[in-house]
Amino acid sequence: MPFRKNRNNSMDRRNKGKCVVLFHSTSSAIKSEKVMKNAGLKVKLIPIPRHLSSDCGICLCFEPRLKQEIEDSLKSNKIDYESIENI
Amino acid sequence: MNIFKKNAKDIIYLDNAATSWPKPDSMLKAMIRYQEDTGANPGRSGHKLSVEAGRVVYEARSNIAELLNVEDPLNIVFAQNATAALNLAIKGNLKAGDHVITTGMEHNSVMRPLREMEKGGVEISVLHCGKEGFLDVNSISSKIRSNTRMLVVNHASNVTGSLAPVNEIGELTANEGILLLVDAAQTAGSFPIDVRNAGIDLLAFTGHKSLLGPQGTGGLAIGENVDIDSFKPLLSGGTGSKSESEEHPEFLPDKYESGTPNTIGLAGLAAGIKFVLDTGVENIRKHEMELAVMLIKGLEDIPGVTVYGTRDPEKRTATVSINLKGAGQNEVGQVLDEDFGIMSRVGLHCAPQAHRTIGTFPDGTVRLSIGYFNSPEDIQKTIRAINAISKESQ
Ligand SMILES: Cc1ncc(COP(=O)(O)O)c(C=O)c1O
Repeated sequence: MPFRKNRNNSMDRRNKGKCVVLFHSTSSAIKSEKVMKNAGLKVKLIPIPRHLSSDCGICLCFEPRLKQEIEDSLKSNKIDYESIENI
Repeated sequence: MNIFKKNAKDIIYLDNAATSWPKPDSMLKAMIRYQEDTGANPGRSGHKLSVEAGRVVYEARSNIAELLNVEDPLNIVFAQNATAALNLAIKGNLKAGDHVITTGMEHNSVMRPLREMEKGGVEISVLHCGKEGFLDVNSISSKIRSNTRMLVVNHASNVTGSLAPVNEIGELTANEGILLLVDAAQTAGSFPIDVRNAGIDLLAFTGHKSLLGPQGTGGLAIGENVDIDSFKPLLSGGTGSKSESEEHPEFLPDKYESGTPNTIGLAGLAAGIKFVLDTGVENIRKHEMELAVMLIKGLEDIPGVTVYGTRDPEKRTATVSINLKGAGQNEVGQVLDEDFGIMSRVGLHCAPQAHRTIGTFPDGTVRLSIGYFNSPEDIQKTIRAINAISKESQ
């Protein structure tokens, strides 16, 4: 089973060194993607890494250098979010 | 696109107040595109098709929020139709001991849930409307009690087309601290609506009428000042968020949206509303009202025809109710359909209360409801048809 070995934390490896915003709802995640993209910030919606939450939803992934801008943008657009995490 | 295009050229469709037809080409194309290219469950899984389905739903949210001037698209809750949205707003907010005020022009999708709540101890006052279907805003204050929780008003009657002055009502309810629930089934997409500035707390819309979307879509816009902690959902279940918890989420829109939505329908609704936004509600209204004025003028000249509702185009929509002397409504509807290819709706239009108000209960009226895709030629042919029927029935 070639995929077996990679299963644990394979996502964490792929996104290692990046940050994610966790949201209460998938609608907020999708809203934030739209807002960030409109503001020219490079973001990507990915499944939430297992070790952060058991939620089946999605989170917004970005490069750590964008952290301040992303945080400001979440606040100024009044987007309700749970936390920002390093992965 | 030619706006007078017809899918079936021999049909004159004047039943737009029930469901609009035809629809913009872009609506069906968006539904096909969604099913062919995306098709997944929105927001439930992390893969790209699921995320894309989530974006489709968000686009519908964002388009309706723009049209109704709701600041945050997440304050839009989707439902199966206006009826489901009205049930949610009424049953989720009222409890035994509360008092609710409504009008004599409501649709059964308001009256029936209210009568059901009445059996459970909710008190109801029905404001009398005049023969043309208008509510006197000054009559509201005297009905307000210490336990008045909500006022429910039909933005436009589906029988007479009479418009309710929601701005004035919104000012009053905001001052009194009463929730204002507006039934915009007949207006969303064909008459300007400004939820934020009109002081509307809850507004129910349906997707398949003037929003030019498919059946099975609709929803509730929730104003910024509504306290959702005291607004109960009617269903609980899966939302794709907070899966670790067995408690239903408390935030918008998930609190009121359990289960997989009608995503293919919402793809069509997003495109229908986009058509409305691109065309402009003002332009849609202008076109429909020019035809309505033409229709009313033409019908008034025919002996034996009674036209209900106001003649003032500023105070009404393009839905026109009539009766013909000596001819039953069902008969007129059948002759219009079979001999002239004109689709109307006869009877009580799910609004017995409104027909009582205008004095046409229990027989009802023949309703001719104009939509954006009707042409002046449709109206002329309809006037000629009614003229012919009238001659025969005198
Ligand atoms: C005034 C009014 N309210 C509510 C409704 C219900 O809409 P729906 O059938 O989409 O639930 C309608 C139309 O049927 C209507 O005309």
